Amino acid sequence: MADRGLVAHLLRRATFGPTSEEVDRAAAAGVETTLPTLLTPTSADAGAAATPVPRLGPDPYAVLTRSSSREERQQANQQRREQIQSLGQWWVARLFAAEHQLLEKMVFFWHGHWATSVQKVKSAHLMLGHLQTMRTYGRGDFAVLAKAMLRDPALIFWLDGQRNTRQAPNENLARELMELFTLGIGSYTEEDIRAGARALTGWTIDRTTRRASLNPRRHDAGAKTILGRTANFDVDSYADLLVSQPAHAAFLAGRLWFRFASGQPMPTATEERLVAAYRPGRDVTALLRALFTDEAFLATRGHLVKQPVEWAVGAMRQLGLNPTRLAAEKRRQLIGGLDGLGQVPLRPPSVGGWPAGASWLTTSSIQVRLRLATGFAAEVGAPVLDPLATGSTDAKLDALARLLVVDAWTDRTRAALTQSAGEPRRLLSVGLVSPEYTVS
Amino acid sequence: MDTVTRRKFLIASGVVAGGALAAGATAYTLWDILATAADPRRDPGARTLVVVTLYGGNDGLATVIPYADPAYHDARPGLSYSAEQVLRIDDTTGLNPSLKGLRQLYDDDRLAIVRGVGYPQPDRSHFRSMDIWHTGSPERPGNTGWLGRWLDTVGGDPRLAVSFEPVLPPLLAGETSAGAAVPVSGLKVARGVPRNALEALGKPSPGEPSLQARAAACFADLDKVDEMITDVKAAAAADADSDDDTPAATATGGGRTPLAAQLELVAQCVEAGVSTRVFSVSLGGFDFHADEKVAQERLLAELDSAVSAFVNRMGLSERGQKVVVLVYSEFGRRVRANASDGTDHGTASNVLVAGPRVAGGRLIGEQPSLGDLDRGDLKSTIDFRDIYASLLSDALGADPGRILGGWSGRMSDLLGKA
Repeated sequence: MADRGLVAHLLRRATFGPTSEEVDRAAAAGVETTLPTLLTPTSADAGAAATPVPRLGPDPYAVLTRSSSREERQQANQQRREQIQSLGQWWVARLFAAEHQLLEKMVFFWHGHWATSVQKVKSAHLMLGHLQTMRTYGRGDFAVLAKAMLRDPALIFWLDGQRNTRQAPNENLARELMELFTLGIGSYTEEDIRAGARALTGWTIDRTTRRASLNPRRHDAGAKTILGRTANFDVDSYADLLVSQPAHAAFLAGRLWFRFASGQPMPTATEERLVAAYRPGRDVTALLRALFTDEAFLATRGHLVKQPVEWAVGAMRQLGLNPTRLAAEKRRQLIGGLDGLGQVPLRPPSVGGWPAGASWLTTSSIQVRLRLATGFAAEVGAPVLDPLATGSTDAKLDALARLLVVDAWTDRTRAALTQSAGEPRRLLSVGLVSPEYTVS
Repeated sequence: MDTVTRRKFLIASGVVAGGALAAGATAYTLWDILATAADPRRDPGARTLVVVTLYGGNDGLATVIPYADPAYHDARPGLSYSAEQVLRIDDTTGLNPSLKGLRQLYDDDRLAIVRGVGYPQPDRSHFRSMDIWHTGSPERPGNTGWLGRWLDTVGGDPRLAVSFEPVLPPLLAGETSAGAAVPVSGLKVARGVPRNALEALGKPSPGEPSLQARAAACFADLDKVDEMITDVKAAAAADADSDDDTPAATATGGGRTPLAAQLELVAQCVEAGVSTRVFSVSLGGFDFHADEKVAQERLLAELDSAVSAFVNRMGLSERGQKVVVLVYSEFGRRVRANASDGTDHGTASNVLVAGPRVAGGRLIGEQPSLGDLDRGDLKSTIDFRDIYASLLSDALGADPGRILGGWSGRMSDLLGKA
């Protein structure tokens, strides 16, 4: 039997919010057995199967031409908005339902890493392809992922890669590739960016086939000097060069630490262990395994603020509120609430990714959480409410802590909860907005 | 500034870990800011500084345009503006056609344009360069903002430096104090959770993790929110997805609340006579690597109408007369257009200084030569810290050297008589 608190900590970080039954099972099985089921699950995922990738229908934008009428454009815009909305709702439903939670969480992590927004891409189809690329390649060799991302139409479009040609390179993609995706700031020069942009010239996007392809006439095949090496770099050899840089492994380890462990700096010894695990095969899963088993990770309880999507999906998982069974109006309120909190899936606010930590903690965010929490509490049924309405006040508060997988309530929050102990739905609402539930 | 850098910044500045705010100090609402209106300590002659940050790197050459220079047209086929298209200021310089309101401010002597502003060894990363403008420290990564350090010197009351952005901008984070990020949404507190429970959640609990303490602090003033709504018009949230075919830029940060709505709140605060001396607002989306012309015009039009309406409104009241507006971006763009009808990251650019009583109607500094470039980019002729120094001394009555690490440069007479 493992330390329940440490198992709960692991599951809070490796999932979108564990149920108390999941913590029970993991505690009984022990960390050694639980970790592989998180990192490399082999069972079939019934939850994922129940939330298949949506059939979006034809891309309304792909059929528009320069001679399309105003009405045709408006109709296409309307269709496009509906498709984007249904893709976003599907994704939330998938995050809720999936049994292989860490796999879904890694897709969400990469979504914030290669942070691409549908606001500019304006295509549900390209965004779905983008998610699928990160799902397919996001847990193995990072070099393979990077090469796939550099061929991903949504990312290329987001960073103007299709406009980057031999005649006049466009630096947007090359710069963010080095600064935000692979190396981190300070590990390259402006000359490296200019030369890197040349290596990425010539890629074009076909909106009908939704594929990116290299047009040799637009590609600069000449010699480039990047990071001290001179060669006829193209997309793949450039990506290989980047991931072979000493700065890369530490950079990626830092990004995962920042999202899965703590907003405080990673200890040097931990970084060394994570880099050692990652480097042989640039293996993302090996890096994650090293992170979750590191002693420093165990000491990071309370170091993260739940991202709004983690908070909302986690609450729905714990309360058994399947978003696909919510009324359409409630589903819209859910997405509207995430908007109010500043985290709508598919719409990161910046190519630098989502905010983190105290950025999520504002007076206005509390107001939105309160609205969502009372909305959730109004939907739950007797199986969830009964334990919250049974026995002494202490028993009710303990039942609430168990339901929400909170280690312990502070005296402050106990006082607030005690005032609401006579009303289980109210008790639940206060628990969901409590400071203890807000952090992870 | 990307969120990781911002986070490191906030930790380092003490805003997050263990600092005054994290320890459970008050979260401020607009109501709190308006409640300072009766503060007798406010000097009625004191100026108010409004900082407008443009995220993404606004193209200075397409904002204040050297239309008479053949090199400009050569470098930017398809993107350049002709003598007939620009809003002419003089025989060499004109404003972007979408800046009609700013042009009027210029004609009314309410807008000064400083050209060629930058810093040594310019950095072309959005996040690093914005960090430099926020900290006022190009030489080494700083962890405090220039106006946060000013706040430190005047006692550290967060209500003196207010942002209506969702996240506290680093420029307002000081060594020992930080400005207040004030929510603009007009949401009502949900029914179903009693007030006293919310008040109870707002109390600090000894020994809890600092972020948990911060989460508790957010509840502290929630009970004033309903009152706030009756006092102030709620700011409209930005439309999440524009409906037309205008291309968008890669987002790099900036407020989601429309600039006009943020400035509306500033105007209400100023007119009420609040004690706040510095306001920070922002507009994002200027990173036009492709299809720049139409999209930038649209964004400049948003800037233009918001700032010119604000300055004109400020001109109508005694308190508003004391307002000074600073508009800047982290860098300008490369002189030569790329093949995507856009421009890549550049260096020196323009800074705008506006207000009912600034010494406007002037072009300050020389337009950097388009024939003498540094690796394709403009060479700056004025250090941005000269402008900061003048604003600190002339708008805020502070000692600039103390706040800007001993920086001794000044722009003499930037603001004119108060």
